[in-house]
Amino acid sequence: MMSAPTRSEIEDFLFLEAELLDEWRLQDWLALYTDDARYLVPPTDVAADAEPETNLFYIADDRFRMNERVARLSKRMAHAESPRSKTRHLVSNVRIKEVHDNEVKVSAAFVTYRTKDGVTDSFVGNYKYLLTRSDAGWKIREKRCVLDLDGLRPQGRISILL
Amino acid sequence: MVQGNGAMPTVLADYANNRFKVPRRAFVEPAVFQAEYERIFEKCWLYLAHASELAANGAFLTRIVARRNILFTRDAAGKHHALLNTCPHRGAVVCREKKGKAKSFQCMYHGWVFDSDGHLKSQPGQDSYCAGFNADGSADLVPVPRLARRGDFFFISFDRNVQALDDYLGAAGEYLDLVSLQSERGMAIVGGTQEYAIRANWKLLSENSIDGYHAVTTHATYLDYLKNTNGSLTNVALDGTARDLGNGHAVVEYKAPWGRPIAQWIPMWGESGRTEIAEIERKLVERLGPERADRLAHYNRNLLVFPNLVVNDIMAITVRTFYPTAPDYMQVNAWALAPKEESEWARKYRLYNFLEFLGPGGFATPDDVEALEQCQRGYQSMKEAEWNDISKGMSKEKPSYDDETQIRAFWKQWQSRMSPAMAAE
Repeated sequence: MMSAPTRSEIEDFLFLEAELLDEWRLQDWLALYTDDARYLVPPTDVAADAEPETNLFYIADDRFRMNERVARLSKRMAHAESPRSKTRHLVSNVRIKEVHDNEVKVSAAFVTYRTKDGVTDSFVGNYKYLLTRSDAGWKIREKRCVLDLDGLRPQGRISILL
Repeated sequence: MVQGNGAMPTVLADYANNRFKVPRRAFVEPAVFQAEYERIFEKCWLYLAHASELAANGAFLTRIVARRNILFTRDAAGKHHALLNTCPHRGAVVCREKKGKAKSFQCMYHGWVFDSDGHLKSQPGQDSYCAGFNADGSADLVPVPRLARRGDFFFISFDRNVQALDDYLGAAGEYLDLVSLQSERGMAIVGGTQEYAIRANWKLLSENSIDGYHAVTTHATYLDYLKNTNGSLTNVALDGTARDLGNGHAVVEYKAPWGRPIAQWIPMWGESGRTEIAEIERKLVERLGPERADRLAHYNRNLLVFPNLVVNDIMAITVRTFYPTAPDYMQVNAWALAPKEESEWARKYRLYNFLEFLGPGGFATPDDVEALEQCQRGYQSMKEAEWNDISKGMSKEKPSYDDETQIRAFWKQWQSRMSPAMAAE
């Protein structure tokens, strides 16, 4: 059993992730995740805990596809993000929901702004994290981004990492 | 040829010189957008829903089709009804849920209650209305003028005098049937809708959905992903043909190296996957004979049903439709279609295939969205740079999947509906 983490300890970790994303340090971002991690964005007309094996998601990446997503985003031919957009990930209302052995479930509110070609879009929702602690510190085993939107209108795409 | 101000823009089809040009005004001008609603969206058959979305008697869904909110119901007897979801009393939207089961629908404003076939069942203060108040049915929900189905694909039309659906679909109907044939027990829409928007004219997506020419550049990173991912490709070469199906419908049909859950195995799916795919193909051959089975299993089809239904049977099957709310903005809905009897394994890979490529979070669609929006930006220069070129493959007897025959098919129909006197053929 680990000692219960404090909210500020978890917040520091989530704020670090946000900073890495906003600075487009995507390899460093990947390093925050476990080898069996999942990164999920469900559609907005299914239950928040729906699974991607039986529902059509926007994004359902295992670690392999996360690596590929980052590799793609580093290419000049990833047209939607080349040149790159500016982003700002705001993370708030952080709540530790459950603590089990070396894992915690965390809920947080987010707003991510993406600006490109004079247009700023916002993505609003709830992060559901499964975090795990090892000797190396915190890692993310799962990040589920539940959008508080009715579809991606007008955003049109999730070409950035939420 | 300079186009007159005020007149509808006209497609320039020069068959003698194999040049086909589309005026960029067609993507920009509010008058064109207005006329498209009157002459296309209010005249054609439009896709409404798939039968599987109303799986039981009493089920309903609501959906925006050509700006109208449509209530699509299956009544207690199993009959389907497409109703305009607006109260005959004062106009409020009656059913405000996206889907569900209901025996009746009550308007939240004054409490009028309607049966699932749209008939007014009761209203508060009934004794204040004269006898025979609704004898003529004018207090019922207004049905959409026409509702018809091709297999499990339901279509509506706002034109009472529209031609029969099968005649309208023509050869495109057979391609819809090919999709339905993939299952013995029927196809079904999988849970979850990809709902997004593109800040571009809707016709750009009609073109893009059947455009085989753009893949190599627009989707370079997706093709890289497939190439670099061990076992995600077979040695099948990208090759095929394009067809003008008449009435503005068109298809490209081609072989491609990616995996198809029905039924082209790729090494990544492993030996158990190979067995499963082989079994799916064996059953297809048994049911349909070797020729049709081969076509279903190994050929991809990107189908456009004029004006705005796309059924792409590629690494998964997407059903996609889209409507403009302004000349430079469209709303897109996309669903995944799959055989009801599909195993958990195949369903999972189908959905992963789908979202790797298709949809606004995939490795390809965001770049399509980007391309379409950049086109729309480019059209701001339409006064000086007037034309799009759609001439590729015009002189060929047998156009390739990456020529533009199928896109010309769309534009010819667009032209004949927008200004019949100026039809491009």
